[in-house]
Amino acid sequence: MTAVVEKPRAADPAPAPVRRERRIGRPLLVAVILGVWLVLFAVLRGRHTLSLAAADLTGLHRWFNDVNDAIGADRDSNPLFLYFFNEIRLVVDTLVTFVQELISQPSAGRPLPQIGWLGVVGLAGYVSWAVGNWRVALLAVAGFTFLGLQGLWQESMDTLALTLSAVLTALLFAIPLGVWAGVSDRVDRILKPFLDFMQTMPTFVYLAPLTLFFLIGPASATIATVIYAAPPAIRITAHAVRSVPEATVEAAESLGATRRQALLKVLLPLSRRTVILGVNQSIMAALAMVTIAALIDAPGLGKTVVQALQSLDVGTAFNAGLSIVVMAIVLDRVTTAAGVRAEAARRSGSRFAAWRRPLLGAGAAITLVLVYLSHTYVWAAEFPGEGGVGRSVASAADTATLWVQDHLSGLTNTVRDTLTEGLLNPFQTLLTDSPWWLVGAVLVALGTVFGGRRAGITAAVCVGLLVGTGLWSDAMTTLASTLVATVLVMLLGVALGVWMGRSALVDRLIRPTLDAAQVMPPFVYLVPFLALFGATRFTAIVAAVVYAAPVATKIVADGVRQVPAATVEAATAAGCGTWQLITKVQLPMARGALTLATNQGLIYVLSMVVVGGLVGAGALGYDVVAGFSQGQLYGKGLAAGLAIVLLGVMFDRITQAAARRTSA
Amino acid sequence: MARQAEHLRAGAVGVAVLALALAGCGGAKVGDGSSGADGSSGSGSCGTFNLAVNPWVGYEADAAVVAYVAEHDLGCKVTQKDLKEEIAWQGFGTGEVDAILENWGHDDLKKKYVTGQKTAVEAGPTGNKGIIGWYVPPWLAKAHPDITDWKNLNKYAAKFRTSESGGKGQLLDGDPSYVTNDEALVKNLKLDFKVVYAGSETALIQAFRKAEKNKEWVIGYFYEPQWFLSEVPLVKVELPPYEEGCDADAEKVACDYPVYDLDKLVSAKFATSGSPAYDLVKNFTWTNDDQNVVAKYIAVDKLTPEAAAKKWVEANRAKVDAWLK
Repeated sequence: MTAVVEKPRAADPAPAPVRRERRIGRPLLVAVILGVWLVLFAVLRGRHTLSLAAADLTGLHRWFNDVNDAIGADRDSNPLFLYFFNEIRLVVDTLVTFVQELISQPSAGRPLPQIGWLGVVGLAGYVSWAVGNWRVALLAVAGFTFLGLQGLWQESMDTLALTLSAVLTALLFAIPLGVWAGVSDRVDRILKPFLDFMQTMPTFVYLAPLTLFFLIGPASATIATVIYAAPPAIRITAHAVRSVPEATVEAAESLGATRRQALLKVLLPLSRRTVILGVNQSIMAALAMVTIAALIDAPGLGKTVVQALQSLDVGTAFNAGLSIVVMAIVLDRVTTAAGVRAEAARRSGSRFAAWRRPLLGAGAAITLVLVYLSHTYVWAAEFPGEGGVGRSVASAADTATLWVQDHLSGLTNTVRDTLTEGLLNPFQTLLTDSPWWLVGAVLVALGTVFGGRRAGITAAVCVGLLVGTGLWSDAMTTLASTLVATVLVMLLGVALGVWMGRSALVDRLIRPTLDAAQVMPPFVYLVPFLALFGATRFTAIVAAVVYAAPVATKIVADGVRQVPAATVEAATAAGCGTWQLITKVQLPMARGALTLATNQGLIYVLSMVVVGGLVGAGALGYDVVAGFSQGQLYGKGLAAGLAIVLLGVMFDRITQAAARRTSA
Repeated sequence: MARQAEHLRAGAVGVAVLALALAGCGGAKVGDGSSGADGSSGSGSCGTFNLAVNPWVGYEADAAVVAYVAEHDLGCKVTQKDLKEEIAWQGFGTGEVDAILENWGHDDLKKKYVTGQKTAVEAGPTGNKGIIGWYVPPWLAKAHPDITDWKNLNKYAAKFRTSESGGKGQLLDGDPSYVTNDEALVKNLKLDFKVVYAGSETALIQAFRKAEKNKEWVIGYFYEPQWFLSEVPLVKVELPPYEEGCDADAEKVACDYPVYDLDKLVSAKFATSGSPAYDLVKNFTWTNDDQNVVAKYIAVDKLTPEAAAKKWVEANRAKVDAWLK
């Protein structure tokens, strides 16, 4: 139902043991810790801050550089390359090229791909109908036709080819791994840190090494996408297998089923719907990589976005971004419908089977004719028209942007300066100007208070490693912006989420906007934001809020909706007003959802740190971008990427442990 | 049962579409006529020419023109690859990149790939002069003419203050791949400024554009040749003049940036391949004005790079012919 890259981390609510030994209130403890911090800050300000200038490197950074150079220097003689990486590259390259020649690139002496637009539209419609229903089929046909009308047919097909290849490759090992992690706790525990790493490591960091290993071009782009798109599928598959009721499996085993049989006949069929959700999330993650992959010459819509940005052409960038959104919405709705059908088919049996088969056959025949036509005739192969729709969309976007820039920039400057001076600057000073050991101790203490002893240990390890990256000061600057952004995300998320949770109509109206905000490449809205807020940390914060607020909003809405209707009715009968109902009943009862929303909001904000680096946020984001741009800063960029991962892991563990406690 | 009826209806519609489609069969077939033949009028000896395109419009202009000439005059099949500098240089060794057309300094990369790995070879200057420095928007230079001398900058430092500059004046720097000494310059010239990193060229240009429009105070790093200067002619601030070796010690720099002779690089394999495209790359030179014209066609007039190249080549046939000799 959602076009989201949701990471279902809290999907396994292992009930933590409830601790109730000491009765000192948590708020009091937090206040004491913060008080001590402020006092010590006043005394020790400016000492042991571990700051590092933009061009300075540490030994670790240099060592990363050397490793990188060494790999580059012997890639032609190293057997690991000759027999391993080159082989992988060959397979992936063959797959991508095959799909591209099918739908997007000229092939085998033809000036056009094998299947033209009519064939692709027909196929999209038919497949959507076969796996979903006629409504999504209609949506698919309309959506794909829109891509053509935008004048971006070939670019869209390139993007589709890359997405399909990446998702296929990802699923090839994501599903077996997911199943394995689903049946074995140990595998699950071993995989988890790797998945966290794959999802939080900024893509910019591994783009350059990827081209070193897999050369420039679609293969590298696909592999970069696979790395980002596989984790959601693995997690969700594992979760699906895990949530098959144990009794069912036991029943099957007691009937004499072998492990293999139990897996194939019981576990997998029962978890199919959720696995399809995993496929869905994988596709969404892959689409989120489109613009980033364009930086290493991935063909498609991302390239249009990136090139338009070089000349600050908002209209063109928006146009291509809109195509990505449309494609995401089509793919999302189709896979979701497929999930529902999988469920329905399992439950309802064969009432329509008799009619379905001949109809599917007829549909297949028609589709084949369309494919043939589009293979043979130019009118069906090349999308007709000049993309007039695209041009009007672009100029409308330009006009709107210009209007906003001209009329709102006075207001936005006030908002920016107030928030920056009043909240961000003092907070950042507190974090960066305190001695590192003091901030570290505070983080560990707060982690322990919120998340328990294990979260405290995680925080301690992360703090230690952060110091080790040599980028402590930058990490604290990033942390300040990240936390401020998360606070804004939660304010927005709670306001919108409660509204949506209380009214189905509002939900239906707002949800598409939220979907679009998540899938629209951030590169598209950077230019208007820059015009409104300048190259500042605040611009980065606003961009992060746009990206992260939808997830938080959806989770909060979900939590509010799950408050039992009977409770709400009872409260209303007892004379609660709307405001009281929200603050006294609905929000407290949705506390678990609120903590999860904070967790996801924070992780999503962190994933925008690098984008923030492009618009003046500096710190870790800038370090990562610089490492991607300059050879001698490569190691520093890598270290900055690691620092972002560490911040992510630390906060993820603390908020998750806190979520478990509140829901327990 | 409603569901069945729907499916039947869908089937009927499908058959109708099929009938229509078959009736409408006709028209040109894919691969018919001229579509396959044109574009390969020259000799076939050139083969494929892999050209790196680094992400700024000026480079795009270089690449567009060279690609256009290689395709139309030499019959090459040109593959343009959009890559950041660092990655483009990597491509020399793996045979994925044949040429880079606009290199800004990057002595570190030369050391690594030309003298170290020996996968790259220098192919001479482009004729473009790369000028780097500090710029202010035109309205500011007009309102305060003395601002273009660095000695007066401290006088105005307070005016340049922003939410990011911590009480000092803000000196805005751009993309991290730029060559910059700005932090050292601010320190060594004892300026009351702080370098703030915008993080991308887009952010930098947007800042200058907005500053000119709303008469805001902005001073920042910029460079020419650059298409944006044809939209907003930024004014350069004079720093202490550059002398040979004054930038030798990165910590102690207190002088302006040198004028860079932008140059071209090719892969070692390409240089010895005998491809006519190599001769074209080697002979290719033009002026800053030439590049700005093409860059303006692309960025401001929104022509496709190919159309922009065609327009320029047709108007400058003599220059192009000199490259082909």
